[in-house]
Amino acid sequence: MAFDQDTVRRTAHLARIALPQTEIPAVADQLERIMGLVEELRAIETTDVPIMAHPLDLDQPLRPDTVVNQDQREVLMASAPAAEHGLFLVPKVIE
Amino acid sequence: MDWEVVIGLEVHAQLNTTTKIFCGCPTAFGAEPNLHTCPVCLAMPGALPVLNGAAVDKAIALGLAIGAELNRHSIFARKNYFYPDLPKGYQISQYELPVVGKGALTVQLPDGGEKVVGVTRAHLEEDAGKSLHEAFIGQSGIDLNRAGTPLLEIVSEPDMRSSVEAVAYLKKLHTLVRYLDICDGNMQEGSFRCDANVSLRRPGAPYGTRAEIKNLNSFRFLEKAIEYEIVRQRDILESGGRIVQETRLYDANRDETRSMRGKEEANDYRYFPDPDLLPLVLDESRIERVRETLPELPDARRMRFMRQYALPAYDAGVLTAGRTLADYYEQVAVGVDGKLAANWVMGDLLGALNKAGVELEDCPVSAGKLRLLVQRIEDQTISGKIAKDIFDELFHRGGEVDAIIDSRGLRQITDVAAIAAMVDAIVTAHPQQAADFRAGKDKLLGFFVGQVMKASQGKANPDQVNAILLEHLQKG
Amino acid sequence: MELHEFSLRELRQGLRNRDFSSVELTTVLLKRISALNPALNAFVTVTESDALAAAATADARRAAGEDGPLLGIPMAHKDIFCTAGVRTTCGSRMLEHFVAPYNATVVERLTAEGMVMLGKLNMDEFAMGSSNETSYFGPVRNPWHTGMVPGGSSGGSAAAVAAGLVPVATGTDTGGSIRQPAALCGITGIKPTYGRVSRYGMIAFASSLDQGGPMARNAEDCALLLNVMAAHDPRDSTSHPAAASDFLRGLERPLQGLRVGVPEEFFGVGLDPEVAATVQAGIAELARQGAAVQSIRLPNNPHAVSTYYVLAPAEASSNLARFDGVRYTHRAPNPADLTELYQQSRYEGFGAEVRRRILVGTYVLSAGYYDAYYRKAQQVRSLIREDFRRAFAEVDVIVGPTTPTPAFPLGAKNADPVAMYLADIYTIAVNLAGIPALSVPCGFTAAGLPVGMQLMGDYFADDLLLNVAHRYQQETQWHRAHPSVHAREA
Repeated sequence: MAFDQDTVRRTAHLARIALPQTEIPAVADQLERIMGLVEELRAIETTDVPIMAHPLDLDQPLRPDTVVNQDQREVLMASAPAAEHGLFLVPKVIE
Repeated sequence: MDWEVVIGLEVHAQLNTTTKIFCGCPTAFGAEPNLHTCPVCLAMPGALPVLNGAAVDKAIALGLAIGAELNRHSIFARKNYFYPDLPKGYQISQYELPVVGKGALTVQLPDGGEKVVGVTRAHLEEDAGKSLHEAFIGQSGIDLNRAGTPLLEIVSEPDMRSSVEAVAYLKKLHTLVRYLDICDGNMQEGSFRCDANVSLRRPGAPYGTRAEIKNLNSFRFLEKAIEYEIVRQRDILESGGRIVQETRLYDANRDETRSMRGKEEANDYRYFPDPDLLPLVLDESRIERVRETLPELPDARRMRFMRQYALPAYDAGVLTAGRTLADYYEQVAVGVDGKLAANWVMGDLLGALNKAGVELEDCPVSAGKLRLLVQRIEDQTISGKIAKDIFDELFHRGGEVDAIIDSRGLRQITDVAAIAAMVDAIVTAHPQQAADFRAGKDKLLGFFVGQVMKASQGKANPDQVNAILLEHLQKG
Repeated sequence: MELHEFSLRELRQGLRNRDFSSVELTTVLLKRISALNPALNAFVTVTESDALAAAATADARRAAGEDGPLLGIPMAHKDIFCTAGVRTTCGSRMLEHFVAPYNATVVERLTAEGMVMLGKLNMDEFAMGSSNETSYFGPVRNPWHTGMVPGGSSGGSAAAVAAGLVPVATGTDTGGSIRQPAALCGITGIKPTYGRVSRYGMIAFASSLDQGGPMARNAEDCALLLNVMAAHDPRDSTSHPAAASDFLRGLERPLQGLRVGVPEEFFGVGLDPEVAATVQAGIAELARQGAAVQSIRLPNNPHAVSTYYVLAPAEASSNLARFDGVRYTHRAPNPADLTELYQQSRYEGFGAEVRRRILVGTYVLSAGYYDAYYRKAQQVRSLIREDFRRAFAEVDVIVGPTTPTPAFPLGAKNADPVAMYLADIYTIAVNLAGIPALSVPCGFTAAGLPVGMQLMGDYFADDLLLNVAHRYQQETQWHRAHPSVHAREA
């Protein structure tokens, strides 16, 4: 079983999602089914097959180094759940 | 048996582009919080990154300067972790395929020797914002002005074997990025930051386990942190302990490194190619365009200074340590003696700047004025001593060299008759000393020279005073 | 025929002839929305006063002599496209109160043409779903049968167009999210070639798969909308320099000599027999018009679903990391510390399906699993693209069913996520390759549910797909059928 409850807890922590203990068994079961679906990939012969990261066979375009900034801090921060003096507020960051 | 220290450095150089790496916000330091932000660098929904061509060119410039392989095809990846100063929840960086591959830097050591330090790679990435803790109780304020500033992370090979070599490498790199005009090198503002990987081993043995030391924002701290770390690791190893691979923070106040263990989660960055960005492809014409704009690099310039201006290695090294200083010196040295010009730039000029806490860029004495001052010494209009007074006046009050000479009557006295008259008066006034000199007390010549110079208010030509005095005393 | 059943061509003619004004047209549709939306739940937000103001502006532009093909025509956007000043929820509690200060490029372009936005359309949360049941704002219902799902994730768009609430709408398609609901609601929708339509301001699910596109009642209307939507956008690095085209130009080309490939893999186990027969009839109509139909193989197509459910969640897990409770999203009340702020906000802000996919994506990218899953899936993605390359050397268009079944009842597939994922079994490979594909209505089941036929083309053959669909619709009436939706009884 790839997705035991510990794996769910560890993965949820990496993803910063607080799963209540009561939900973990059901989530583990669902994730196990999904991993069961994708498990068949492992058996496919892919020696020397190149990876495909993107559908476009193009190069990254480059932007000119010129300022495009509309100085719109107020609107950009209008949906902020907590802000003061132009700063976003969060519980104290411990470094 | 001795321990050998093995050091590799990771340097983050903020590229001095006008705008951020993936959006058009300005990179200027010191703006009000979050003023230099937009939907892209605030990671608002649907906002997408577009790469700044100037950042790419600056990475190419570094690659060319260290003779590195330039990867014609490089990939941007996402480094995933949560932190409030990282708005997207991932940092766009280069992982498997960086833009700059293997290169090397030749480093001058204080003992006059040289060492070649390998550069593993240099890759483009974005800087994070800042968390401010002072203003709020129990909360931190997040300022994302810095988020998205382009960084070039330059990773060395573990080639350095002492703190002295590490500092020499860092200084060389610091000089180079400023020469190339790709980074302002301001370590206080964090434009040029360094992490050090330090480990110990018995000579010839495989590499030991290393500690990564962060927060080294000066050459001095780098040196002290490495020295501290050597002692710490040696004590552990010699008492039979094992070094833990970990990140340590250098605390300058206590002059020690301490573990960040516990603060740092077991990280799993889940790197994968950023699907919002396509492969960065460098074509030859772009590389050539950058190559054409490269300035003369520090090593080449140092060698040329020794040749062209007949300077000792030490002088050439000091004068080429910064591009601005080297440019300044070369303007002073036009048509005058190279060594004399070097003495003035390295001595009086740098001394005055240092004392006044002024940067060369803001120097009140232009190179043209200093050159004229040196010329006036060479053409014997003034003496070196008078020149120092004039320099002082130029530095603190401004003005023009010739105007100061004229208005203060500082022109050197080179009229033989006038000097002879002064000499005659002084010798006459000191008959006892004149007699003693003639009796063999040669040292008294200095006394007479001093008296004549004093009488001329320093303006008499010292060589002429010497000659005329000798003639007068001997003949008398 | 009533106003709400008009095609874009007919609406434009009416506006030109001054048979009705944009304000009148807008008013009719707003009334219809207010009557029928309670039964369908297709709209998350209706922007009535803004719409009337925009309609008045369009009328003024027309009075001043303008006559653009979309001027004054009402539409609505999937709530995944950011709209300045109007909230953009992406079907999530996370963005329930989020108001973007900018327009998506698609919104900007359609607005500039004088289109009148009536509101924002419901969708599966963050476009993750195939039934529109994962929306925080409740499920959308299928206008043909309100006990059935409309498909997803662009279920609100499909239902609104099918029910005549708007003549056209925008949608997005990551694994079938335009085509599958278009099929289930009996409308026409095209997922353009990757890179045709700017993704700027379109909230990302899986960046290398997402593509916006039009949803309408016929292929010509799709072409009209795509003419404006498809354009190179310097704000999107993945926007193709040759994105723009005139999709109306080749619309009338006859199908004589068209080489049509029918993949065996699309007619295997799991395909509803009624759907199979209906799509076969559609293919027969293409043959009747002169197309040469042949059987082809897409041998790696059966791996598309598993490939997709590695790659899409992986990209999504990273794309959705920005929704962290710090700058503009839902934030859990009174978090004890930073970790709790993140974990609790993300637990509360995301629904169960979104959380599941984030967990799958986080897992397949994590240390020790990357090569086994992520890199492997990227390789299989290459194989899937190669299948199409080989096929398009022999045929011009690939045709098959859009979905394995017609619309299914609400709640039918909620117990098992994998059962739901298989609803996209025929649409996903197209996104992995990045090629264009379109769904056209091709008949009904005995129970009166629409069936969609999928046309797939080579890169940048979007115009050919629209051409084939248009010619098909010249000879068939399926796209002219309209559901009779009744206002929900009080």
